[in-house]
Amino acid sequence: MSSAGAKCGAQDAVRKDGLLLEARGVVKSFGNREVLKGISLAVARGEFLTLLGESGSGKTTLLRLIAGFEQPTAGEIWMGSERLDTLPPYRRRVNTVFQHYALFPHLSVHDNVAYGLRVKGTPAAEAGERVDHALGMVKMSEYASTRPAKLSGGQQQRVALARALVNRPELLLLDEPLSALDANLRKQMQSELKSLQREVGVTFLFVTHDQEEAMALSDRIALLRDGALEQIASPREIYAHPATAYTAQFIGQTNLLRCQVLKGSAACAGLSISPVTGADGPATFSLRPEAIKCRADLARDGASDRSQMRFTGKIRQQIYSGATELLEVDCAGQLLRVRRSAGEPLSGEQEFLFSAEDAVRVRE
Amino acid sequence: MYSRLYKIIVSLPPLLWVGLFLVVPYVLMLGHSFWTVRDGFIVHDWNLQNYRTLLANPVYVGVFLRTMRIAASVTLCSLLLGYPLAYYLSFHSGARKELLYQLVIVPLWVSYLVRGYAWKTILGSEGVLNGFLRYLHITTEPVSFLLYSPFAVILVLTHIYTPFVFLPIYASLEHIPRPLVEASQDLGAGPMKTFLRVILPLSMPGLIAGATFAFVLSLGDFLAPLLVGGASGTMIANVVQSLFGAAYDWPLGAAISVCILLITIGLLFATERIEKRWASK
Amino acid sequence: MGLEMNARSATRNSPLLATYAGLVFAFIYLPIVLLVLYSFNRDGVGGFPPRHFTADWYRTLFADSAIWDAVWNSLQVAAGAVGLSLTLGLLAALALDRADFPGKALFRRVVLLPLILPGIITGLSLLMFAVFAGAQFSLLTVFLGHGTALISVATTELFAGLQKMDRAQEEASLDLGATPWQTFWRITLPNLKLSLVAAGLLIFTLSMDEIAVTFFLIGRDNTLPLEIWGRLRRGITPEINAVSTLIFAVSVVLIVIWYRIRARSIGAETQDLLKRP
Repeated sequence: MSSAGAKCGAQDAVRKDGLLLEARGVVKSFGNREVLKGISLAVARGEFLTLLGESGSGKTTLLRLIAGFEQPTAGEIWMGSERLDTLPPYRRRVNTVFQHYALFPHLSVHDNVAYGLRVKGTPAAEAGERVDHALGMVKMSEYASTRPAKLSGGQQQRVALARALVNRPELLLLDEPLSALDANLRKQMQSELKSLQREVGVTFLFVTHDQEEAMALSDRIALLRDGALEQIASPREIYAHPATAYTAQFIGQTNLLRCQVLKGSAACAGLSISPVTGADGPATFSLRPEAIKCRADLARDGASDRSQMRFTGKIRQQIYSGATELLEVDCAGQLLRVRRSAGEPLSGEQEFLFSAEDAVRVRE
Repeated sequence: MYSRLYKIIVSLPPLLWVGLFLVVPYVLMLGHSFWTVRDGFIVHDWNLQNYRTLLANPVYVGVFLRTMRIAASVTLCSLLLGYPLAYYLSFHSGARKELLYQLVIVPLWVSYLVRGYAWKTILGSEGVLNGFLRYLHITTEPVSFLLYSPFAVILVLTHIYTPFVFLPIYASLEHIPRPLVEASQDLGAGPMKTFLRVILPLSMPGLIAGATFAFVLSLGDFLAPLLVGGASGTMIANVVQSLFGAAYDWPLGAAISVCILLITIGLLFATERIEKRWASK
Repeated sequence: MGLEMNARSATRNSPLLATYAGLVFAFIYLPIVLLVLYSFNRDGVGGFPPRHFTADWYRTLFADSAIWDAVWNSLQVAAGAVGLSLTLGLLAALALDRADFPGKALFRRVVLLPLILPGIITGLSLLMFAVFAGAQFSLLTVFLGHGTALISVATTELFAGLQKMDRAQEEASLDLGATPWQTFWRITLPNLKLSLVAAGLLIFTLSMDEIAVTFFLIGRDNTLPLEIWGRLRRGITPEINAVSTLIFAVSVVLIVIWYRIRARSIGAETQDLLKRP
């Protein structure tokens, strides 16, 4: 499946009636610095979409445009059948969970969560019920009368979540909400967020620079690079069929093979790939480390040899990480990475195998 | 994030108010300095007569110079008192630092008038100091130069401005990272050398700020001379005051005020440049 | 941390410096101490040593209606000045923090002028303006003078408070559906509470003690400093010591309160910084 086709497919996956938010050619410049260079994407109702990218990729800017804290320099944002970007933030059916939570220090947890309801004049009885329900959902009911300053980071984050969700927004924006937490707490919160989203059914637009996080949580990932949309697809799709070399390297680890294609065959330094599709000429292929097998391992496990491509290389380094191990293999001057289950240590010259279909042709 | 309307609402009122109630009055003062008084009326005839009078008339020049001398003395004395105090508090006071700091600021908040008056009761011929000296039989006659003299003015103004000078110097000293002092001593410099080469230069911004403040405010002070200055202790601001009072000549008074204003702005400008150069070193 | 602790002992204790510092303290406090002492002296403000302690002067003071009228006038002016300065100062601080307008740098300087220029210059300028505008000199002119001169005290303090505030809170408020007006009252202002109180206290004290500007803007009704000033010309009595002592006592209370408030806001800051994850 070609990479262009993959992208179209993902867009089509958002059917017209399931479309919640649409950005059309959104451009944002600060002075003469163009941060967003014409982004068009669609968010499906009820999905967990992640905006993934390095710092400076424009992901937070896009989020802020959707929230309403910035105006697009050009382009439009639509929610349903209404234009969104012309509305001030307090009139959008969108709520945000901020990176550092932005809880109001002079209000209790209860009053923080009730804030959105109060300013819109919700009757006290209804507000009280909804606040209690929201606090219960994030398991912070017993802290209702506490001040935010007395809470830990993880607890503050839950309150921020409740404060946003209690307003029943159409879209919830999350600006790297887990980045301030330590690793263990982060993993725990990731799983809680995911199940919360499933339970509540609200559409989540999540921003992060952590690709593992994006893969774990999202229904779809939108990878941004230098203000442009690099690829948008489900995690499995984007992992198995990256459209560009950048995507292949950003998400997971990969080997980038620079080859010359001639009549359906690719010739690279030290190895070849056949058959391949696409035009003749220089081409780059992405080959994931776990797709490369070691002859010695196959022989030991008695697995049959279905891979067609093979090459030999010298093992330069082994990086052990418990369940698996990463080998750095020198193949005709090129350093390739191979992932294998950690077993008997290997060394020296070895033969490696892989299937041609695992080598994905990518754009540079 | 802030709408145009928001920005207009917050900037317009203060701008208009300051424009009307500060800029216009100061400009009016400037304007008056170019006018003259004839037959008890202010004539808008736009000339430099007042400035010429100031430069030519030895009385005015004399008072001006005396005022500068007094202001310089006050600044010097305040520094001599305030700097060591700040240094002591910052480096040597240990656990009592907070308390001592509060003790220093308290007099700042006590009325100028109260403090000036206190000195008046101490320095007079029938005052506390003379009473004390006589009680100890050190003198039999009251010592008169204490009150109604430039000395008294300098004394009172030093008393007023020492805490003012203390504050920025203390702030500067507190900002000096202690490891720098340690490093200096580690490299072989004793306390005096460390002070001269490390602490003093780094506290310069505070020192300059405090000194400028003391000088400028002393220059334009008219209350201390009225309280304790007498005839020999008059300062230029008293001259201005009388020109706006009995000796009705607003334009001339305005011209003197403009001179004080120019000296002030000039000094502030100069110290800002010095501070910038210091900071960039 | 360990290395820094030693820095204190690195600068050895110097008894000479301590003595000098003590003398400076004595110089600063001596007049005030004597003032308080002599307010209880039956025989007047001079001479030594004070004998015949009495509280009579305080009794005279409390019966002196002119003084208390002046106190009331001063309080009115000070309260008004606090209101005016805080309001305009708050707007100015918001403008400096959030808006860009032509002459912004100039505005910042001009608004500071009354604090760094000798009071007589500001006082006379306002006098000329008042005459020019045909105004009657009264407590109103004094109030306007104080309020204007002290704007920058409020601006400086409130600007610092705004800078310390987490901008995201205002964004969160808008995000949750509050209009900018609601956000200002529910979020911005409460966050500035400490700054407002600290600035207010300072403005109040400065206004109560203000002489230079007041001198030229006063009408029939006296403020306290000018009332005392008038008495001084007529002749000094320990009654003035008594009122001065009271002023001193009130000042001490105010400054302790102000200091506590400052300490609390700095304490809250450090708590925030330590909170981070």
